[in-house]
Amino acid sequence: MAKIRPDYETSWFGRLMHWLENGSTALDDAMTDEMDAHSRDHLVDSEHHHATQEHALEERRHAALEREQRMYSSLHQWASTKGSRLMRWVYIVASVVMCVGIIALLLNTAANLPPYGDPDNPVNNEVSAHYITQGQAETGAVNIVAGMILDYRAFDTLGESNVLFIAAVTVLVLLRLAPSRDGKPTTEMLEAEADDRLYEPKHDMILQHQANLLVPLILLFGIYVVMNGHISPGGGFSGGAIMGAGLILYLNAFGFRKTERFFTFRTFQIVSLMALAFYACSKAYSFFTGANHLPSIFSPGTPGMLFSAGLIPYLNIAVGLVVCCTMYAFYTLFRKGDM
Amino acid sequence: MMELHYALWQNIPFACIILPLASAAFTSVMKPRLARWWAMAVLTIVTVLSGVISAQYLLGAESYVFPMGHYYAPIGNEIRAGALEALTALFFSIIMLLSLMGGMKKLDEHIDGNKQNLYYVILLLLTAALMAQVYTNDLFTSYVFLEIMTLAACALIAIRKRGRTLVAATRYMIMNLIGSGLFLLGIVILYDLTGHLLMESIRGQVAQIAATGEYAQPLTVVIALFVIGLAIKSALFPFHTWVPDAYGYSTPTSQAVLSSLVSKGYIFLLVKIMYRVIGVDVIAATGIDDVLFVFAIAGMIMGSLSALRQNDVRRMIAFSSVAQIGYIYLGMAMGTEAGMMAAMFHLFSHAVCKSMLFLAAGGLADASGNSKLFRDLRGAGYRSPIAGVAFTIGALSMVGFPFLGGFVSKLNLALAGIALSPVKASIVLVTLAISTMFNTMYFLRTVITLYRKPLDGASYPVEKGQRGFCFNAALVLLALINITLGIFSQTVVNMITAGLGMFG
Repeated sequence: MAKIRPDYETSWFGRLMHWLENGSTALDDAMTDEMDAHSRDHLVDSEHHHATQEHALEERRHAALEREQRMYSSLHQWASTKGSRLMRWVYIVASVVMCVGIIALLLNTAANLPPYGDPDNPVNNEVSAHYITQGQAETGAVNIVAGMILDYRAFDTLGESNVLFIAAVTVLVLLRLAPSRDGKPTTEMLEAEADDRLYEPKHDMILQHQANLLVPLILLFGIYVVMNGHISPGGGFSGGAIMGAGLILYLNAFGFRKTERFFTFRTFQIVSLMALAFYACSKAYSFFTGANHLPSIFSPGTPGMLFSAGLIPYLNIAVGLVVCCTMYAFYTLFRKGDM
Repeated sequence: MMELHYALWQNIPFACIILPLASAAFTSVMKPRLARWWAMAVLTIVTVLSGVISAQYLLGAESYVFPMGHYYAPIGNEIRAGALEALTALFFSIIMLLSLMGGMKKLDEHIDGNKQNLYYVILLLLTAALMAQVYTNDLFTSYVFLEIMTLAACALIAIRKRGRTLVAATRYMIMNLIGSGLFLLGIVILYDLTGHLLMESIRGQVAQIAATGEYAQPLTVVIALFVIGLAIKSALFPFHTWVPDAYGYSTPTSQAVLSSLVSKGYIFLLVKIMYRVIGVDVIAATGIDDVLFVFAIAGMIMGSLSALRQNDVRRMIAFSSVAQIGYIYLGMAMGTEAGMMAAMFHLFSHAVCKSMLFLAAGGLADASGNSKLFRDLRGAGYRSPIAGVAFTIGALSMVGFPFLGGFVSKLNLALAGIALSPVKASIVLVTLAISTMFNTMYFLRTVITLYRKPLDGASYPVEKGQRGFCFNAALVLLALINITLGIFSQTVVNMITAGLGMFG
């Protein structure tokens, strides 16, 4: 038998053979073991006795630890050598150069764009002229912006409200501490609850008196902004944000005990569902009738009245509710992972 | 009965977008089991509808625009359907349905019970966003639904709560938001230059600008922003660092959906921008397609090289995706009709193949004590026969075995490459050869591993790895689609060519 070279393990040929035998390097093992640590335990032959199995596991652990030690020391050496420090500098310099380059490029681009505010700019074309001259007559909304986002380009806004919805869903996925299957709160939940109670302001008279005064005003103002979205500046997005701020203020002043009486996770679910479903269904109806030239039950009405401009006020309410609930939900989820 | 302005089938694109969008809201309050069947039902309906509209185009229907509301574009929003859109929608919805079917059993294990319905919300919204992306005729609408796709994809990764997936989701989010930001910046500058958001109107203005040469510099920057933004989001080579973790550690359905649908949706958007917003000739004049060509070539080699070094089968498939995205971009960068056709065909064949590979790899790993390492996967092909066969078919298709989808796309790419200038043609052919060789090395190594004798002393849990009827049915259907793509490729090729012609 030929003699194996002492550095066989690290030679190219040795590594090729190792790879062909479906082996892996120490670094790979360490990284995948971390991921599938307990999943491979039951691959050990069941014939082995419990003791031997334990022994084998212990041995494997030692080997892994040793390997890790070796890996870390070699990494450490490598990290402290001159070469890697040079590389770090190269990275820093390269990123700075790239950033400055991109900034310069974009500034140069901005300088080459059509002059700001020039009436002859391509932006001032027949589309914007149409919105301004025909907007009120066609949509019935005095606020042209509301007419644009909720009627002319309603499809974009439908998508945009679903962006909010999916953002809320993503935050729920990440942060919500849900009760276990039998409905009992988990320890994680109880801990978060206790933590929250610890840091919550308790009976803060100044805050509570202020809130007593401000919360109704804020909520009313929010409702006003939503309801008048098609008449004056404002609308669902801004009004909803105002209402959400009012709810958050109320929560901070009076605590979860009181808000839970009228706003729980279920409320959040139901309100967002109703608002989004109404939004999607009414817009589906409106798109379908519009494209197919069918008569629609919604008419522009008298511009300037509270219930005019067809669907727009109702859509504003739906958007306002979604935004309000989403804001409040974000706040509570980031605070204690539940509502 | 009132007279509809459009034929009933012409309302399908609208229905395909609105139906999943509206049903997603309802899914959020359902119990997981109900949500699952609801999502399956909606996806089935969307698939059938897409099949109907594809059949219409197969019979030679014309492309048309459909206003979303009472106002015609450019005043209102508008969607547009043509042969290519219908075909893409069909592929996307089928793959979405089959990925969900194949990974369904695994969802119970990987996701908390009371969060499962949220998973279906995400999937339905993602479907709606993909459909909107496919059919939209408006650049800003595409951005809105691109945001939904980005957020949905993050949630798809992060919903399986393990340290690795959270890191992967964060990384994915950072990279993708950079991509979205660049894309939005491009739209803003382009709007400033042209004053339009509707694709056709922009195209007319861009042709004028390109002819006068007044705003040449901003226009070049716009094209670069679009291309780089979408290249980051679809993981073209230098921007692919988020891929292995994002695809590698999420639940199988998410892996399949992310690799075969989300990245493909971005690529389809870029194809649309190239043809319908900027114009291929304008892009060629800026030389950006040459840059894309270099990136694609580098991606084909580097992705395969990285895949060779993996010992975790999921990461290997993920790196193989990087190489395959390189193939698609290569076809797009050629700047010819044939190249674009090859790219679109590869987009379909890769989407079908990659979802099948990810699902099959999940099943094989299940039969091997939940380990994805090659040494534990030995003999997995016997323990989970259907997954083993499906993986083999997928691997052969990736390598380019005749009668499978991958063969036709490689053939088309090579044919399109030959028609280029001699230098480019030789680069394309040599890179294709090298990349195919690497593909063969790592895929066949995996297949051989699957049918080898297990390691001495290893015993595997009794669980057979056959995860029920749905899993097997999904794999069989995906394999059948793959074979159909290979055998009846001419039909698909004709439809793609017709669709690209309709892009006009």
